[in-house]
Amino acid sequence: MKRVAITGQGTINALGADVTTTKVAMREGRNGIGELEIRDVERLAVKIGGQIKNYDPEALFNRQKISLYDRFTQFALISAREAIAQAGLAFHGELAARSGVVLGTSGGGMQTLDENYRSVYEEGKNRVHPFVVPKLMNNAAASHVSMEFNLKGPSFTVATACSSSNHAMGQAFNMIRAGMADVMVTGGSESMLCFGGVKAWEGLRVMSRDACRPFSANRNGMVQGEGAAVFVFEDYEHARARGAEILAEVVGFAMTSDAADIVMPSKQGAARAIAGALKDARLNPEDVGYINAHGTGTAANDKVECAAVSDVFGHHADDLMISSTKSMHGHLIGGTGAVELLACIMALSDGVIAPTINYDEPDPECALDVVPNVARDADVQVVLSNAFAFGGLNAVLALRKV
Amino acid sequence: MTDVAGKVREILAEQAVIDVADVTDDASLEDLGIDSLGLVESIFAIEEAFDVQVPFNANEPDAGDFDISSVAAIITAVEGLVADGR
Repeated sequence: MKRVAITGQGTINALGADVTTTKVAMREGRNGIGELEIRDVERLAVKIGGQIKNYDPEALFNRQKISLYDRFTQFALISAREAIAQAGLAFHGELAARSGVVLGTSGGGMQTLDENYRSVYEEGKNRVHPFVVPKLMNNAAASHVSMEFNLKGPSFTVATACSSSNHAMGQAFNMIRAGMADVMVTGGSESMLCFGGVKAWEGLRVMSRDACRPFSANRNGMVQGEGAAVFVFEDYEHARARGAEILAEVVGFAMTSDAADIVMPSKQGAARAIAGALKDARLNPEDVGYINAHGTGTAANDKVECAAVSDVFGHHADDLMISSTKSMHGHLIGGTGAVELLACIMALSDGVIAPTINYDEPDPECALDVVPNVARDADVQVVLSNAFAFGGLNAVLALRKV
Repeated sequence: MTDVAGKVREILAEQAVIDVADVTDDASLEDLGIDSLGLVESIFAIEEAFDVQVPFNANEPDAGDFDISSVAAIITAVEGLVADGR
């Protein structure tokens, strides 16, 4: 089996419009969550989110392109541009044919849906823009990335709610490992902060109206975010041969299904995915120094996740660090695992563990080292990234320092 | 106020798929077989039926002043909201 290197990363999210800014924000424990600036916000009960502010698509894309790019596609392209520039790859000939793109998203072109439903239902119009379908489809982002960079190999979109990005990156990893592709551009993107998107989430009554406080006893729900992160996964030997800088190595991936409840998490399902990723990577639990938690800030997720980690790691659970960066950038749903992988890579390559901010009160049911409020310098060799989706679909990635 | 109580019992009975007569005042939601999703649906139905906003966050079921500990408690809470015109 081939080894898999990460040779590029890019992002735009509430903490920053590129990787450097995002890493500085994570290091400083900055809060990217604030008042939502969206149409009809006054009719929402939940008025906060990890929204990307001061965003000007016209500065990045021409008008013809914008008529085809939903906001989630724009975020994916911005992130892919940064990642591929860092990797220093140009895709021609055989490399283009052996390179693909697999991205996660949950809602796809939800801004486009929201705007056009308004137009036909609320405003009573009988005509919509001709590009509504190619703009809103879930694979639009992956397809536009393939077109901009000439990626002609296996390309598709994965939609598994909050696990979409981890599932997508897991596919990319295994495709390179198996020799199906040499380079995979992968990650995820989401833009659900529109009236319909937030209103739908309100209905479940799991959203916080003031802050995301993962693992804290006074946590009162999740906060939505938006944005994307995209990575270049590359055959390790291919990367070495061309002298590329390797940010980290992807060493394991596992996915499980709870087969139990459509919204409530399962400790067993989560634990099986974590243990599965370790087994896939041929690692011992003691090797893991940091886990980027799913850590949504809901009552249910955080206690179930901590119990699953305790089950898998035993005594070592007390020695490792586990933090939720959702406290800073919000829950990007289908894009969340991708943005959170930035924190995993930062832990390995910079030796900085991003904190869980807004941590006020210890919860005996979340009695792990959650790196409260302040980032920490630490030398870690192996990290995990957890994602546990509605629908009971779990996906965990394992990364190693190079 | 009896019509509020009757309607709340109807909503809970429909959610629990039981006879309205079996929705007794001292029963808890668990007794009725209503789980967390069933509760969220019941609250939605109550809000629609009475045109009120129920202050309920699934992460903090005991916070706020909407007591869901028993059928009687829920009826009292809904009556309060209706009286307040919320």
